[in-house]
Amino acid sequence: MRHATPEIYRIYRRRQRRNRFHLVMSGCGMVFGLFWLCWILWTLFYNGFEVLSLSLLIRPTPAPGGDGGLANAIWGSIMMAGLATLIGTPVGVLAGTYLAEYGRRGWLAPLARFVNDILLSAPSIVLGLFVYTVYVSRAHHFSGFAGALALSLIVIPVVVRTTDDMLRLVPDSLREAAIALGAPRWKMVVKVAYRSARSGIATGVLLAVARISGETAPLLFTALNNQFTTWDINAPMANLPVVIFQFAMSPYDDWHKLAWGGAILITLSVLGINILARAFFQQKNY
Amino acid sequence: MKSGDVRHSLSVSTRPNARVAPWGDVLFEWLTRFFALLVLFILLGILASLIVTSMPSIRAFGFHFLWSDDWDPVRDQYGALIPVYGTLVSSLVALVIALPVSFGIAIFLTEMSPGWLKRPLGTAIELLAAIPSIIYGMWGLFSFAPGFSHTVQPLLIHTLGRLPGLGMLFQGPPLGIGLLTAGIILAIMIIPFISSVMRDVFELVPTVLKESAYGLGATTWEVVWKVVLPYTRAGVVGGVMLGLGRALGETMAVTFVIGNTQHLSPSLLAPGNSIASSLANEFAEAVGDLYTSALVELGLLLFVITTVVLAMAKLMLLRMGRHEGKRG
Repeated sequence: MRHATPEIYRIYRRRQRRNRFHLVMSGCGMVFGLFWLCWILWTLFYNGFEVLSLSLLIRPTPAPGGDGGLANAIWGSIMMAGLATLIGTPVGVLAGTYLAEYGRRGWLAPLARFVNDILLSAPSIVLGLFVYTVYVSRAHHFSGFAGALALSLIVIPVVVRTTDDMLRLVPDSLREAAIALGAPRWKMVVKVAYRSARSGIATGVLLAVARISGETAPLLFTALNNQFTTWDINAPMANLPVVIFQFAMSPYDDWHKLAWGGAILITLSVLGINILARAFFQQKNY
Repeated sequence: MKSGDVRHSLSVSTRPNARVAPWGDVLFEWLTRFFALLVLFILLGILASLIVTSMPSIRAFGFHFLWSDDWDPVRDQYGALIPVYGTLVSSLVALVIALPVSFGIAIFLTEMSPGWLKRPLGTAIELLAAIPSIIYGMWGLFSFAPGFSHTVQPLLIHTLGRLPGLGMLFQGPPLGIGLLTAGIILAIMIIPFISSVMRDVFELVPTVLKESAYGLGATTWEVVWKVVLPYTRAGVVGGVMLGLGRALGETMAVTFVIGNTQHLSPSLLAPGNSIASSLANEFAEAVGDLYTSALVELGLLLFVITTVVLAMAKLMLLRMGRHEGKRG
């Protein structure tokens, strides 16, 4: 072995340089990501805040050039998201229960888990297409119910996944304790497992609600749109995302303004629900 | 293994010969099994209903549908080439941009960031995933595209556009909208997904491995490139595929900025169309059975492509999990 030559120092310096270069680049990646977040939020607040007002919330969508708000769209969105959550949550929780509690052996649980993960990222527009072909085209009309059905197909995989994950975190000693006391298995699941996974499952439901409140694609050809506020679940129903889409693509300035108003409403509620879900989860989860 | 014993004892308790299961147990188990089966049937149902509805178009055009660039509702001629091309190219652009950036973010968050910054920065990146896609679309159309057409696009045309070969991709007027814009916006949308998977799998690398490399005098970058990355390869590929699956099916953001023209051009700056945006724009107004069924066939194509990509992603991630199980 010869002692350190300038050659070795050169290699050492080159490694240092490469290291520094790549670390700076990864820092740049971080800045790149944050840059877009700031730009998007800034655009949204800049354009949206001036439109926010009470009349946005209580007046229905106008004709071009007219005065109005987004009341019917907000109402429709809340109604469809609520209905979709009501349909999707029980289905998702029960399916997730099977995966975590009964599916420890056999083929069904791994397969269902796999399929569920595919559905979790499936293109939402295809879900709308599915509901159109099996429901709307048979019923011969667009409807709020069809929209809620399409949205519930987004809720289900989210809830299945979180229920499964959260139930699997429940220690088996709790289950054994309940069984040893003579509780039937269903009672063990409902009174012990559900109870300790409660906040996690609720977080999953909240995240699902956040996800569907901004979804546009599945509603385009299920709920369509409506100029008026309606209670009728079998009629086309206005909803914020589709109204935003329609108004933003139109050539009218005042419609653009309303679209920005709707955009900021949606973003604030989605981000709000997300933060709520995080807070909710942290507070109980050790 | 402790959990194995438990599993055994739990399953024994419901066997009929051990003890007659109360009817409540049987009912509850079948109830939950029914809904687990329902999840399978949703996937099968989507596939079946799309195939049935697109039958008229499949019969009329056969495989020719896949490579015909003719999309003419007036003459009732339909081909999927342009939307399929647009979908694949915009997703590919997104992947090319998102992959290094997500990698950088994951390295930053796992190896470089001080502890107190990890949470806020991680949350900020996750917020990118929470923003609804229609917001990306509006921002892209009203804010990003105009700026892009004034600054970056002319620059691309005058530099890369002059290169032989590669220059073909950067021809034409700087319109702001088009495949490249769609790809960039898709990239921003999938960065949080890819980087969060990368982060998760990077954190699975045993500290001992990394410390041994550091102990031998490796630099941070060498540890990441030669220890962390080989260890997590399957997971990283899975994360990238997951991002690709998302990008392929993304609808609203793309619809706003891709231009929606049925025109095939080699240039990335030219407007085009994607499967999802064709559906979003045309489906509600489509008249005639053949038109509708051609659009549904597009949807079927999209569903099959994304399902295959996502299934591969999932298999990769499962492999990563097993790999981990063996060593942990």
